Amino acid sequence: MSDITEALTQAVADACGRHPSSAGASGTVEWNVPLWSALDQIGITLLSVPEDRGGSDGDLVTAAAVLEILGEHSATVPFAETAMLAGWLLAECSAPIPAGPMTAAVAGPDVTLVEDAGGWVLNGELARVPWGRHADHLVLLVGRHVVTVHRDEVDLRPGANLAGEPRDDVALHRLAVPADRVHPLPADSAVDARLFAARGVVGRLAMMAGAARRSLEMSLAYASERHQFGRPIGGFQSVQQQVAAMAAEVLLCKVAAQSAAQALDSGADWELAVAAAKVSAGSAAGTVARIAHQVHGAIGFTDEHDLRRSTTRIWSWRDEFGSVGEWARELGTLAAAAGADGLWPLLTEGGARAVAG
Amino acid sequence: MDFLTLSPVAFPEPLVELRHQVRAFLRDEITEGRITPHCDQWLAGWDPGFSRRLAERGWLGMAFPTEYGGSAAGALARFVVTEELLAAGAPVAAHWIADRQSGQALMKFGTEEQRKAFLPRIARGECFFAIGMSEPDTGSDLASVRTRGTRVDGGWVLNGTKLWTSGAHHAHAMIALIRTEELGESRHAGLTQVIVELPDPAVEVRPIRLLTGEHHFNEVVFQDTFVPDSRVLGKPGAGWKQVTSELALERSGPERILSTFPLLVVALRTIAEDGVDVDRARLGELVARLWALRRMSIAVAGRLEQGEDPATAAAIVKDLGTQFEGGLIDVVRMMVGIEPDLGSLYRLPRMLAEAVLHSPGFTLRGGTNEILRGIVAKAVGAS
Ligand SMILES: Cc1cc2nc3c(=O)[nH]c(=O)nc-3n(C[C@H](O)[C@H](O)[C@H](O)COP(=O)(O)OP(=O)(O)OC[C@H]3O[C@@H](n4cnc5c(N)ncnc54)[C@H](O)[C@@H]3O)c2cc1C
Repeated sequence: MSDITEALTQAVADACGRHPSSAGASGTVEWNVPLWSALDQIGITLLSVPEDRGGSDGDLVTAAAVLEILGEHSATVPFAETAMLAGWLLAECSAPIPAGPMTAAVAGPDVTLVEDAGGWVLNGELARVPWGRHADHLVLLVGRHVVTVHRDEVDLRPGANLAGEPRDDVALHRLAVPADRVHPLPADSAVDARLFAARGVVGRLAMMAGAARRSLEMSLAYASERHQFGRPIGGFQSVQQQVAAMAAEVLLCKVAAQSAAQALDSGADWELAVAAAKVSAGSAAGTVARIAHQVHGAIGFTDEHDLRRSTTRIWSWRDEFGSVGEWARELGTLAAAAGADGLWPLLTEGGARAVAG
Repeated sequence: MDFLTLSPVAFPEPLVELRHQVRAFLRDEITEGRITPHCDQWLAGWDPGFSRRLAERGWLGMAFPTEYGGSAAGALARFVVTEELLAAGAPVAAHWIADRQSGQALMKFGTEEQRKAFLPRIARGECFFAIGMSEPDTGSDLASVRTRGTRVDGGWVLNGTKLWTSGAHHAHAMIALIRTEELGESRHAGLTQVIVELPDPAVEVRPIRLLTGEHHFNEVVFQDTFVPDSRVLGKPGAGWKQVTSELALERSGPERILSTFPLLVVALRTIAEDGVDVDRARLGELVARLWALRRMSIAVAGRLEQGEDPATAAAIVKDLGTQFEGGLIDVVRMMVGIEPDLGSLYRLPRMLAEAVLHSPGFTLRGGTNEILRGIVAKAVGAS
């Protein structure tokens, strides 16, 4: 990690410490306004947006390092959505980027955007938009257009993931959008639904690496506090073996997230890296959550215990931006297509050069 | 949580180039019938001719300085070459231990005379090494070795038995861990590493056959075997420290992930030829795990290249990687639905049989996975 990234992650960790995100009752979380202001003050809420568009020009490896900290603290802020997705979409069209928290989504085939009397009309529904109710703006990728919508222009049906983080359905009822909020993507832009999902995946993987790490830390602490048979349960070799197995998967989550971020930063051959990171870290984090609960015994199985904040996030995040199953099938298809002679080149070079190899 | 400070490593362009050179070389070797891919070739693929062909291209001794016949290309370059060799199922066993481990030990602890005597020959593919650590009563608990070295004029006389010594029947030398002082308060004191040159009439090498019937490892009996002072490696009594630093080197390389990869390649070929439908999700999951483990192994290599010793991460890579090597076999079994058969005329049933019969060794050799997890648990503070 570079010195700058290290200073940055330290500042984020400090901010998370000063403004802890409340656990909330199960099924809900409070959105952490003070933490968001603190992140804004650090100047990173547009971290992966180029400087000339008002962002801070960070690469995704840096964003992933920040997200790992936020994930570790179960921070209830739409950082990935604002910095990695909405801000990125707008910057790609050289469009103005509004202040405040944002969220972003890709419009499905049943969403329509049609020109009408000098403006546009947007119609359709979006499922499970992250932090929809708290985002000031919703930035949508509709075909080759990026559209900015205000929160109060849409109908929201609140929903949540397993951790209680908002995942709201959004209805757009023949919404009139002025032309200055509809931006065509440049012809040479690489932005598409696929790249959007890939960035979303990397964001979630980084947060998941943080949540996995926190699960490990909590398990270590608990194993030394909890006594049975007259000694700490961490003194039993089978518990130690479980904890070691967990630590191994935590390391895998972290390396997978960082490597996928690095592949996206390099701009080429990221397909394999993102899919493989998603699938491998998705199941690794599942193992981490399973062992964390096993080590904690019944106490971790309750609404009051903080362990659930990390594990319910892992169980949710691993299947967001496409389920692990979907990505695994795609990756399997890629591998099968590469075949006997192409599989190793695919693994080492990630795609483009695989066939030539 | 120190073990988590690993950064992703991107291979610089010259190494991408190197990778393609190795790949092209291997393609020729295979198509011209000089080598045939198999699983677990760093244990089982003894082919001195192949080792020498690698040496001619500068692909042995890549981690040695040029003054000792190496190419000083560094850990990452060596990583690229070795993973290409392993993925292709090339026969690398002859030089494997010398190139990976013994040579490094000589660099670190050897005298100038020892380096000059062995390293250039290792780099030329003319000198192969064996590891003499395990014994009949010494497995995981390595400090309990009983082979004795008795002080005599000008050297040491060895008596005792080493076990599971891979390649001792072909090797030119073996680095043995022996006890040179009475067992005192510290079990780790009084151990010494010596270089035993082979063959030697006072060293008996008896074959032990694997589950496949192949002869790769041995029982090695020392009967008043003389080792001159000039063949003591490092300081007498410092053997424990030396041996543990050697073990750390051998934990996280691609050989802990790729031992069964050639089976997957052959399975995919058969599947394509037969037009069989595969479970894409299962295949995808397997490839994803392989990708992640490889990135971890590379990240560890990156830190080794910087002269660091990421011991915990290395133990993790070996634990997960060797489990993967076995897990790959099960995915292939699900995909192809054939019976393993060592005597089959077809490659896939034969390779499957080799992989199945070699699999118990993956999680034992070089320190069992239980021992590795003990190391990790201790490092993260779970005990
Ligand atoms: C293919 C192969 C090649 C080899 N080549 C060489 C070689 O070239 N040179 C050489 O010196 N050795 C070699 N070995 C030996 C290898 O290093 C040993 O097998 C290994 O160290 C384990 O020792 P052991 O087999 O005696 O098992 P043991 O140590 O007897 O262990 C038996 C079981 O008990 C478990 N166990 C032991 N202690 C503990 C503990 N404290 N906590 C939890 N579980 C424990 C182990 O994990 C294992 O499951 C080779 C082995 C194999 C399989």
